[in-house]
Amino acid sequence: MADIHTYEGAPEAEFGDYVALLKPRVMSLVVFTAFVGLWIAPVHVHPFVAFCAVLFIALGGGASGALNMWYDADIDAVMRRTAGRPIPAGRVARPEALAVGLALSGLSVMMLGLVANWFAAGFLAFTIFFYAVVYTIWLKRSTPQNIVIGGAAGAFPPMIGWACATGGISLESVLMFALIFFWTPPHFWALALFMKEDYHKAGVPMLTVTHGRAATRRHIFAYTLVLAPFAIWLGLTSVGGAFYMAVSVLLNALFILGGWRILKRDEVAAEADGYGVEKRYFKLSLYYLFLHFLALLVQHWIGGGW
Amino acid sequence: MALHTEHEIHRRRRSRNVGLGLVLIAFVVLVFALTIVKVQSGDMMEGFDHQPRVSELPREEPASQEPATEAAPAVTAAPEDSQ
Repeated sequence: MADIHTYEGAPEAEFGDYVALLKPRVMSLVVFTAFVGLWIAPVHVHPFVAFCAVLFIALGGGASGALNMWYDADIDAVMRRTAGRPIPAGRVARPEALAVGLALSGLSVMMLGLVANWFAAGFLAFTIFFYAVVYTIWLKRSTPQNIVIGGAAGAFPPMIGWACATGGISLESVLMFALIFFWTPPHFWALALFMKEDYHKAGVPMLTVTHGRAATRRHIFAYTLVLAPFAIWLGLTSVGGAFYMAVSVLLNALFILGGWRILKRDEVAAEADGYGVEKRYFKLSLYYLFLHFLALLVQHWIGGGW
Repeated sequence: MALHTEHEIHRRRRSRNVGLGLVLIAFVVLVFALTIVKVQSGDMMEGFDHQPRVSELPREEPASQEPATEAAPAVTAAPEDSQ
């Protein structure tokens, strides 16, 4: 039928849909942590070079987000939280997302190599590979520890930032990695406790489904205990100091207390108050990471070390 | 119906075209500015060109002339090592 409605149904994306493919909200975490990693490193970097480096690290993160959406389009279509993403909503075709992901991956790695150094660029390439292939394609659908593995990909940006300045890896950057790596599971599992997404229907083994919600609560508390020593240890290195240590001790005390409260509750109590404790803990976890990295930045500004 | 009526699809196409145009312009400006910064900061611009050049050789230690001040070369060499 040849009328004005001939065009209806043909997926035609607007610019914002391609931006959405890059997961801008995840990117904001990448930008902030990569910037802190780069800025507090002992080697001075020209501010414009630092800006460009962080930009291309973020672009690499965005590219891996697009590859994730390309592969996970079937899962995204099933779950309420992700059904509005460009591919399941029918605005961007799957091969197009793959093309955007691969092209931006190549561009971001090449540009980071030219802006900073090739070690940092290789590190970024590895991170994209890790998130897109190891996490998304391989392990996300096969193990309930998927969040732990995905957390590693999110923990690399401060190490890449550090590598941009220093050209290598050191204890400080490994500890920044550990801070995000061990923070991710309790952060995400707290969300899984109250969001109750239908992961089972989507075919993703989520800890709350495979091992039960009580086991998830135990896992959350265990990870907060593992996380604390690494956060404190970071304060004892060359990038730490009295200010960072004060902030870290306070935040870890609050985080362990929150984890303990989650551990001590059962589902009946949680249902009764609408998952109030879990929601507060999730909010606290956002502040936890943000304030740790902000404290590193402030400590660098007032002078690091003991 | 008039043929010049703008369909909603045209708005989406324009958003794509304008967006991509701005991104490309921004990229060109970025690379240009980066070039200026890199040149001004005096990074090593010469690469390997099939035969060794004096500018690519490691700097000689000035220590051999003055054996009395052995500690001095290490101090002066430090800033080069840190980069």
